[in-house]
Amino acid sequence: MSNTPTLVGQQSDSLREAFGIAIAKVADNDPQIIVLDADVAGGTGAHNFRSSHPDRFVQCGIAEQNMVSVAAGMAHSGFKPFVTTFAVFMLRGLEQIRLSVAYSNKNVKLIASHPGLDVGPDGASAQCLEDIACMRSLPGMVVLSPCDALEVEAATKALANYDGPAYMRTGRSPCPSVYVSEPEFVIGKGKVLNSGDDITLISCGVTTHRALYAAKALEEIGISTRVIHMPSIKPIDKELIWQASVETKAIISCEDHNIYGGLGSAVAEVLSERPNAPLTRLGVNDVIGCSGEPDELAAKYGIDADGIFKSAKSVYEELLSHNDK
Amino acid sequence: MSHQLDTLASQIRKDAIWSIYHAKSGHPGGVLSCVDILTVLFHDVLAPVEKRLGSYSDDFFILSKGHAAPALYAVAASKGLCERAQLKGLRKIESSFQGHPDVTHLPWVEVSTGSLGQGISVATGIAKSQKLLNSAQHVFALLGDGEMQEGQVWEAAMFAAHHKLNNLTAIVDYNKLQSDASNDDICALEPLADKWRAFGWQVVEVDGHDIDALQQHLHASKHNKAQSPMVIIAHTIKGKGVDFMEDIPLWHGSVTLTDKQYEDAMLALGCSAQEIKEYENV
Repeated sequence: MSNTPTLVGQQSDSLREAFGIAIAKVADNDPQIIVLDADVAGGTGAHNFRSSHPDRFVQCGIAEQNMVSVAAGMAHSGFKPFVTTFAVFMLRGLEQIRLSVAYSNKNVKLIASHPGLDVGPDGASAQCLEDIACMRSLPGMVVLSPCDALEVEAATKALANYDGPAYMRTGRSPCPSVYVSEPEFVIGKGKVLNSGDDITLISCGVTTHRALYAAKALEEIGISTRVIHMPSIKPIDKELIWQASVETKAIISCEDHNIYGGLGSAVAEVLSERPNAPLTRLGVNDVIGCSGEPDELAAKYGIDADGIFKSAKSVYEELLSHNDK
Repeated sequence: MSHQLDTLASQIRKDAIWSIYHAKSGHPGGVLSCVDILTVLFHDVLAPVEKRLGSYSDDFFILSKGHAAPALYAVAASKGLCERAQLKGLRKIESSFQGHPDVTHLPWVEVSTGSLGQGISVATGIAKSQKLLNSAQHVFALLGDGEMQEGQVWEAAMFAAHHKLNNLTAIVDYNKLQSDASNDDICALEPLADKWRAFGWQVVEVDGHDIDALQQHLHASKHNKAQSPMVIIAHTIKGKGVDFMEDIPLWHGSVTLTDKQYEDAMLALGCSAQEIKEYENV
């Protein structure tokens, strides 16, 4: 399989740059694509599009609420607008996303760079740990969080071909590659990146490479670990989750987001329909972040490879001790 | 023409109040203040359909003050976009005539509104798109005066001026009252015309109940050759046409009209007792 995940961990582009390069490429063959920016094109990757397609780059200034509704108007006129800004500032237009985009069913794509602790030293004000929860609750909104540059490119193509409102998280920091070549991307589908039958890690975004490292460490101590990467948080791949709940003994979700409302909550909702395996949710535990490098922050909040390893190990050992009683 | 429009506006007022009465809730004050503007727009100014099949006009209209939906629905009925009888379904379960304009229920609505400040931005996005498409279609948005307090309105104003959107006309239904009290008491807007001018817009002030003046200025705005958008500040009376509602914030809504209030309102709008009865057969 050409897109077998690799743990070589070769440093690649940040997900934001990957998006910017991808949308510029996709737009070459799709004249309806428009990119809107709120004076952060240098940060979101949209500068790539600004250079290649200046005539279809709409500068909105630092005014996100207007930008979101303007995009709805452009979608109404037949364009495919991609709204780009940092994740926290996207939330500034949340109510506009709700009414002008989601309730009005306008074909607007919302691309948020700088989500989660991955933002790093800028600190809590810029680290958006609530966006997945907000977007997931909007009727009809697709929510994506791809894990590396290659998958961002595939997801960008999928979004350009999808007719309806959607939100995609990219990322700020350079990110190790998970895939060796561009994977197939299907909205609503997850992927088993590592097979195993003791426990399952379910992750998304920049946490997936960490989950893969954790799985490797777990296997070294004899815990067979399945890794499901879930880039499509809404709609979510229920079958893959149910299958894991039957075939493995415990499920641990891992995400760079508050444990309330994000991937872990989405997985919990699915498991509650057919409870089999217990779920442990790893993420930021309902606190705001702080300054630090992304890897340091992931470690501090227990969502680096070692944190995931330790939590998964203790979940599994707890399970075994229960079974012994 | 203006006499015909006067007659139409009068009918639209009655239909709107009738629908609000049956809904047992709604915003009569701000509905009555904008009826003349909507009547002139829909019956005289918006271009007939040639290109936008399935729509009512090649031009675009967005009701940014979405709570005036009953006025929009009544004017839509007068244009044949729906049956008058359907107005009785306002705010009722399974009805297309939602409390605020909803594009998922009514395809001729351009975008769902009801949260102030968003409609003008959507209109701005459409206007920007028409420029990119080299299209001559014009975009109108009707805003409330209380809506001017939303920061998003001024974000849109700055954007539209920066992008030289002379194909966009904003109309302010300036009835001087908002939900709880007067604009002046809540958060004063004046000098409103100067604010728009300072944001780079051309400003026209007009009596929002003078059909001739509305026709003249709305038509002129469609042929705006300047490199900036235009705002028409329409001075209106909240509750216009129903003496006991005029200029009283209580009728902003959302109110339940008693049988007596309904009858009095219809009489004030020029209905005879017989005509009021006939409404029940619509």
